[in-house]
Amino acid sequence: MGRRVVLGMLGLGAVGVVTGRRLADLESRVLAPIQSRDPTGLTSLLPAGAGFRFYSVTGTVPHRTATGYRLTVRGLVDRPATFTLDDLHRMPQTRLIRDFQCVTGWRVPRVHWAGVALPDLLDAVGVSPRAQAVRFTSFDGSYSESLTLAQGRRRDVLVATTMLDRPVTRDHGGPVRLYVAPMYGYKSLKWLAGIELTSSVQAGYWEHRGYDTDAWVGRSNGQQDAPIT
Amino acid sequence: MSRHPTSSGEPASGPGPTRSGTLLRFTFAERWVHRCTAVLLGLCLLTAAMLYVGPLSELVGRRTVVRAVHVYAGIALPVPVIVGYLSRAFRQDVRRMNRFAPSDWAWLRDRQRRSGRLPVGKFNAGQKLNASFTIGAILVMLGTGLLMRYGHAWPLSLRTGATLVHDWLAYGVAAVALGHLWMAQRDPVARQGMRTGSVPLEWARREHPGWAAETQGEDQPETVIRRS
Repeated sequence: MGRRVVLGMLGLGAVGVVTGRRLADLESRVLAPIQSRDPTGLTSLLPAGAGFRFYSVTGTVPHRTATGYRLTVRGLVDRPATFTLDDLHRMPQTRLIRDFQCVTGWRVPRVHWAGVALPDLLDAVGVSPRAQAVRFTSFDGSYSESLTLAQGRRRDVLVATTMLDRPVTRDHGGPVRLYVAPMYGYKSLKWLAGIELTSSVQAGYWEHRGYDTDAWVGRSNGQQDAPIT
Repeated sequence: MSRHPTSSGEPASGPGPTRSGTLLRFTFAERWVHRCTAVLLGLCLLTAAMLYVGPLSELVGRRTVVRAVHVYAGIALPVPVIVGYLSRAFRQDVRRMNRFAPSDWAWLRDRQRRSGRLPVGKFNAGQKLNASFTIGAILVMLGTGLLMRYGHAWPLSLRTGATLVHDWLAYGVAAVALGHLWMAQRDPVARQGMRTGSVPLEWARREHPGWAAETQGEDQPETVIRRS
C-alpha cells in the first residue's frame, strides 16, 4: 500500500508537470479578477496566483517618506538636478495600463501605472551627446539597473509615482520606482534614488547574477512569454 | 498486503519475549533518520514561507540566501532515509509501513479506532499513510524543485508545470506536517518513543495491541531492552 501511495504521487506529479502550463493559465484567469477585488489579501496566499510576489535583494525594506524623497539626476547631462516628489507630480504625467511580468513566470495583468515618462525627465535635464546609457540606483544600497539611451527614450518607460491607482507603496518600491513596460520585472528598479547618464551600459544587480541586460519580455532569458505591448 | 499483523505477519527485530517492562520502539539509527528528515523538512517549509508568504518575505528579505538554504535543504532531504536503509531495523519498519492489512482499512473507517479493539500493529494506518505520503512528497518536490532550479534547458511549459505542482504540493506537505505535529503533541508517550527509543508496555498494549502481543512472544517476538 505504501508503495502504491508513493508511486501514485509520482504519477500525479508527472501528470501535473506535463499539463501544468494549461492548469496554471486557467488558475490565473480564474484568480486574477478575484484577487484584484479581494480586500482581505487572503487569495494572495494561493500559489501561482495572479498577485505580485515581493522580492527584495537586501535584508530590510528601505524607507523614505514622501516629503523626504529626492531623486538626483546626474552624469552626462547639461543640468544635473534633484527632484522632490512634488517636482515629479508637477511634470507632464504619463499613464499606462500594462502587465507586469516577472522572469520567474508570474504575471499581473493590466496594472495601472502613472508618473513621468523617462524621456520627459531626460529632456528636462538635457542629455549630453556623449551619453549612451542610463543607469538607475536604488536607495536600498544594492539594487542597480541600466538601459541603453534608446531604450530609456521609450515612452513606455516610466519614473512611476502611482501604481495600482495609488501612490507606490513601500513594498512595491515606493515612493518612486521605475517601470520598464516591455521588459521583465527585474528591470523595473524599486526604491529609485538616482539616475545617471553614462557612456556605456553597466551591468546591474541581476545581470551580475546571470540575467540578460536586454530583458525584453518573451525574447530574453530563454523565456517565451507573450510580449507586453 | 493481507496478512494480519498479529497472526504471522510483521517481521521481528530481535529476540526476547517478556511479560512486562519497556519495549524498544525505535533504534538509534531510526531516531536519527527521523530527526534529520524533520530538521530538513522544517527548513524547507520555513524558507518556503520566507520566500512566498508576502508579509514574512518583507520582514526577512535576503532572497538569495534564503533560496540557497531552501534548495540545499531540499536536495539533502532524501539523504537520511537513504542512509537509513543501512539499518536492519529501519528496513524492517519500512516493510511494516508498506504492508496494509484489512484491519488497517477497518481502522481508517472506524470512529472508535482508538478503543483498542482493533489489532493495531507497530504502526497504525494513519502513521503508514503519513510515512508513504511524506516519502512520495519528498520525491515529487525534489523532482519538480530540480526542474525549477536547474532545468533551464527544459521546455518552459514543463517548468511552469513543475512550479504549479511544487507550489500546490507545498501546501499539502505543510498540512500533513502540521497534522503530524498535532498528533504528536497529544501523546507524550509516543514522543518519548521517538526521543528515547523505548515505550512502556502498557502504552503499547493500548495504542498498538497487535505489536505488543507480538513482542510478548505470542507469535514473533520483538526486542525488549529493559524489564521493570
